[in-house]
Amino acid sequence: MSAHDHADHADHGHGGAAHGSLKGYLIGFFLSVILTAIPFWLVMDGVIDNKQATAVIIMAFAAVQIIVHMIFFLHMTPASEGGWSMLALIFTVILVVIVLSGSLWVMYHLNANMMPGLHEMQQMP
Amino acid sequence: MASTATTADAGPVFHLEEEHAHAEGSSTMLGFWLYLMSDCLIFAMLFAAFGVLGGNYAAGPAPKDLFDLGLVAVNTTMLLLSSITYGFAMLTMVKGRVGATQAWLGVTMLFGLAFLSIELYEFAHMIHEGATPQRSAFLSSFFTLVGTHGLHVTFGIVWMVTLMIQVARYGLIEANRRRLMCLSMFWHFLDVVWIGVFTFVYLMGTLR
Repeated sequence: MSAHDHADHADHGHGGAAHGSLKGYLIGFFLSVILTAIPFWLVMDGVIDNKQATAVIIMAFAAVQIIVHMIFFLHMTPASEGGWSMLALIFTVILVVIVLSGSLWVMYHLNANMMPGLHEMQQMP
Repeated sequence: MASTATTADAGPVFHLEEEHAHAEGSSTMLGFWLYLMSDCLIFAMLFAAFGVLGGNYAAGPAPKDLFDLGLVAVNTTMLLLSSITYGFAMLTMVKGRVGATQAWLGVTMLFGLAFLSIELYEFAHMIHEGATPQRSAFLSSFFTLVGTHGLHVTFGIVWMVTLMIQVARYGLIEANRRRLMCLSMFWHFLDVVWIGVFTFVYLMGTLR
């Protein structure tokens, strides 16, 4: 692997962009296949009776698979582009978390509280 | 600040007098990464809209009635295979093998086209069953989110064809290598977005 990497850098030393190696791509692909197959299996065969638990598990698999793709396919390292791409990524992840959690949280409560007649019904004798 | 008085005669200077030279295209990869991050925000908005509206069926069809997870699994496989074949294209590009790079790009394009065909078949099937974007808020947000991803894949394929023509005409010159690296990031990024789509839309929709 190291000899291969040296050959890469010799004719392509500028820019500092990594291309990865055959081994890296194959490891990433292998992990992705496993991390994709398990959630599909869990949902399609209804392996776990508890739907909430299944949802949490497949979300965890998705999060791990996204990290696997970032490392093995997009070649993200803290040092790439002098750290700027990682900084942009962290900033984006923070924004995405705010957008997603904020939207879901606010709209869930809006739906729950604005249900027509709900409060009146509860106050009825 | 004593030197300010001496340079004041020549007028104030507000810029760096000597900016060190950058090689052409040295900042392209970072710039393209920033574009991808902004694209990520577009998808975040669409995911948020789907998350909020995904349960509003308006007495119409629910995900359980519409989604064929077997088809989605095949689709996911297509995109995953196209990711690894694009990786092989990059590896052969680094070695400077034009023919092999073109071949792998061609294989990637075929997997991309297979993905699009399956998705269009799925859309056509749903619309045929009356599950059109106008039917309910769930379907509106579903078609917007998945359709936007499909549109990205379409433009990725257009870009890939363009680069294959470029490589055929000019070979693996420096500019073409840079473009292929940008498309590599774009293509792998679309696969990352698809992880979110199949998890949140298809799998969790079926659970709901």
